[in-house]
Amino acid sequence: MRLGVLFSGGKDSTLALHKAAEKEEVVCLITIVSENKESYMFHTPNIDVTALQAEALGLPLIKKITAGEPEEELKDLEEAIAQAVKDFEIDGVVTGAVESVYQAARIQRICNSLGVWCFNPLWKKNQKALLDEIVAEGFNAIISGVFAYPLDETWLGKQIDPNMIAKLAALSKQYGLSPSGEGGEIETTVLDAPLFKKKIEVLDCEVEAKGNSGVFRIKQVRLTEK
Amino acid sequence: MILVVDMNSLKNLFGRYEFVLSIVAIAEELEKCVVKHYLEVNEKTLNDYDKIILSGSALKNTVTLDQTERFTWLKDCGKPVLGICAGMQTIGLVFGGRLVKCREIGMTEIITLKANPLFSSAFKAYTLHNYALEPSNQFDMLAESAKCVQAIKHKQKDIYGVLFHPEVRNREVIQRFIQAFREPNTIKLTR
Repeated sequence: MRLGVLFSGGKDSTLALHKAAEKEEVVCLITIVSENKESYMFHTPNIDVTALQAEALGLPLIKKITAGEPEEELKDLEEAIAQAVKDFEIDGVVTGAVESVYQAARIQRICNSLGVWCFNPLWKKNQKALLDEIVAEGFNAIISGVFAYPLDETWLGKQIDPNMIAKLAALSKQYGLSPSGEGGEIETTVLDAPLFKKKIEVLDCEVEAKGNSGVFRIKQVRLTEK
Repeated sequence: MILVVDMNSLKNLFGRYEFVLSIVAIAEELEKCVVKHYLEVNEKTLNDYDKIILSGSALKNTVTLDQTERFTWLKDCGKPVLGICAGMQTIGLVFGGRLVKCREIGMTEIITLKANPLFSSAFKAYTLHNYALEPSNQFDMLAESAKCVQAIKHKQKDIYGVLFHPEVRNREVIQRFIQAFREPNTIKLTR
């Protein structure tokens, strides 16, 4: 089965890609760039890094820009998936959805209308186990956005490792945070993973933060040998 | 021990993560589970298990609906069964029901029609189906949505079906099924 992965460049869609590649043939990535910072569907920092991640993975990337209006962005997603069907003859789509029925239901409806399969290999996965798997598999995933108390700019740019997972698990118990950021508490960017043929090196970046909200904005990157 | 039956086709076992392992994670909080693909299940393999859960499957995966002869063991197994989505549709077909086109995808309002051990009153649940079941008169209807029957129980057997996916937002439905048919002295087992 030929699959396209809905790819934001964060830990979830990258892990979903790896699980898909174990069982099926991943032939392209699909990235939606939302201009709406409030979008529940697509907004994520450093979405432009997906072009370099795709190059590191050796996969073609379908990139679609959307204004991010709630239902209009779904038409843009449908067009992007339809293009993947046409250009790469995909049989199905893979997402990194874990808990969001809002996202999952909308993507299922689009795939259903286009007649393609929809797979969510991380669906309902225990969130701490998900983080543990990312570390165990050798991902270099950094925190590229924080959006909830008591997270702050000290977390930005840091790699997810066992110490960070322990801290997130503790904050989950104390404050009810979702450990892997399913409630939008954190966003991540993957700089290296097992299927990356080269790794991404950040040459220039800036931190924009205020209180418990901040992003690690990657300004210049390059691929380097692993 | 619970048998969780994987209802995905052999060509699409990639669906196991979301439709099977999500059920196992909930059920194993109470009892040990074993997963078997539906093609591996027959009257003999059932002896090791005291409860059976038939998983759902991807929207495009309708293979078990064309292979109901693989599930005739349901008629005589004498064990509690919970079928989820494709699992409920398959149960219904085995006992003489029929499928009708009916699409529901997303959170859906469910109304309880008849008292039962799995759920009560009105609640929201995640649905993901292109077909609904019109059950035969061997079943009681336990719940419905605005569009179709959402839960059934066989009138004489402990065979239940839910069209919605309880593993997504109604995990208690799976756990109540397990608890309702727990053997005395059963202890919690972990992997």
